[in-house]
Amino acid sequence: MVGFPRRRRSGGGRSAAVAAAFALMFATLAPAFATAGSADEATVTIDNFTFSPATLTIKPGTKVTFVNHDDIPHSIVDAAGKFKSKVLDTDESFSMTFATAGDVTYFCGLHPHMKAKIVVTPQVTP
Amino acid sequence: MNDKPDGKDKALIVDRRGALECMLWAGTGVLWTVSGGVPSSTLLGSAQAAERDFTFLQISDSHVGFDKAANPNALATLEEAVAKVQEMPAKPAFLIHTGDITHLSKDKEFDDAAQVIGKLKLDGHYVPGEHDVIDEGTGKAYMERYGKGARGAGWYSFDQNGVHFVGLVNVVNLKAGGMGNLGADQLAWLTDDLKGKSTSTPIVVFAHIPLWTVAPDWGWGTEDSAQALALLKRFGSVTVLNGHIHQIMQKVEGNVTFHTARSTAFPQPAPGTAPSPGPKVVPAGELRSVLGVTNVAYRQGSKPLAITDSTLAG
Repeated sequence: MVGFPRRRRSGGGRSAAVAAAFALMFATLAPAFATAGSADEATVTIDNFTFSPATLTIKPGTKVTFVNHDDIPHSIVDAAGKFKSKVLDTDESFSMTFATAGDVTYFCGLHPHMKAKIVVTPQVTP
Repeated sequence: MNDKPDGKDKALIVDRRGALECMLWAGTGVLWTVSGGVPSSTLLGSAQAAERDFTFLQISDSHVGFDKAANPNALATLEEAVAKVQEMPAKPAFLIHTGDITHLSKDKEFDDAAQVIGKLKLDGHYVPGEHDVIDEGTGKAYMERYGKGARGAGWYSFDQNGVHFVGLVNVVNLKAGGMGNLGADQLAWLTDDLKGKSTSTPIVVFAHIPLWTVAPDWGWGTEDSAQALALLKRFGSVTVLNGHIHQIMQKVEGNVTFHTARSTAFPQPAPGTAPSPGPKVVPAGELRSVLGVTNVAYRQGSKPLAITDSTLAG
């Protein structure tokens, strides 16, 4: 399991295929990975007191993982007050699945000038 | 603006003992008196100290628990700061801590900080920083230790030798896209607290995040501080002491002197000199020259309080 990518930026076709291949390879060792490729995932990173990307567009049902790369703790707080992460120290992460379409503005509970957005678009059949 | 034109001259009287004390300070820091809006170097303490005169200590941004590149051991530098204070020629009357006592609001961090600062055997008056209210109870750990007798999220006032001290909290209920926040409840309390105080009462206000806008892009300011400052405008001498930005900045506006203290843990960059306000890594040999504590001297009859910053170096 060492070297398996812990976090993927998105559930794009190629990386999903790679993930699926890994999942097959490790299926007997780590059955949990077998399902990893099926769900949509995205990552928001925190570097230099900035959420990146500033606007993340995802499909409903996407699991978003926020990772703090700063030497200072940050947190993820929904501006509408619907959710709040625990405080993330350096390299800690928080995941949240966004089920319904709409715009979500969030900020850092410690440094509220840090603000970003997640746009959950209505499901489109490919 | 200054109706006491001779205040500055008085502050500059030097006697032999004063000069000797100045020598003691020379190795540890910069010495400031801000008089009538003009900062000038001067001396702290003198043989003619009036009975009501006193000094107090400001410690800020200890960040106990911080262990990253900018300072792998924030508890050790707090211990050094405490040792420096113990060497000071005049024992302060009490200490204020302007927040970020801990890095992550953990019980052990609070306990370690209390144990080290406790060595000073001084009464302590605390206000929380944003790092002190990130426990699961959103400030429960802080309030259990320092909130006795305080209102709301931990604000309060007290009097010492005729000086009125107000500790404010501007690190809770922060709003998306904003800076520090006092909130309506606290402003209402402040209005009430200051009611009936004579305009000649010297006021010292302390809070974690600066109560003036230092750098809005970095959140270094307080959204509703103008409302608090409006309440303080009628007083002849107001000193505002803050932390949060881990560097000294000062400003004088009318009768209000603003001052931010150094951290005892790690420096932060000056606004505009770095991509973010994150901890600034300096060469190991230079760390102690950018950490420090602040002493504030009140002299009766002298309007502005003398603010002295000293580093851990030397």
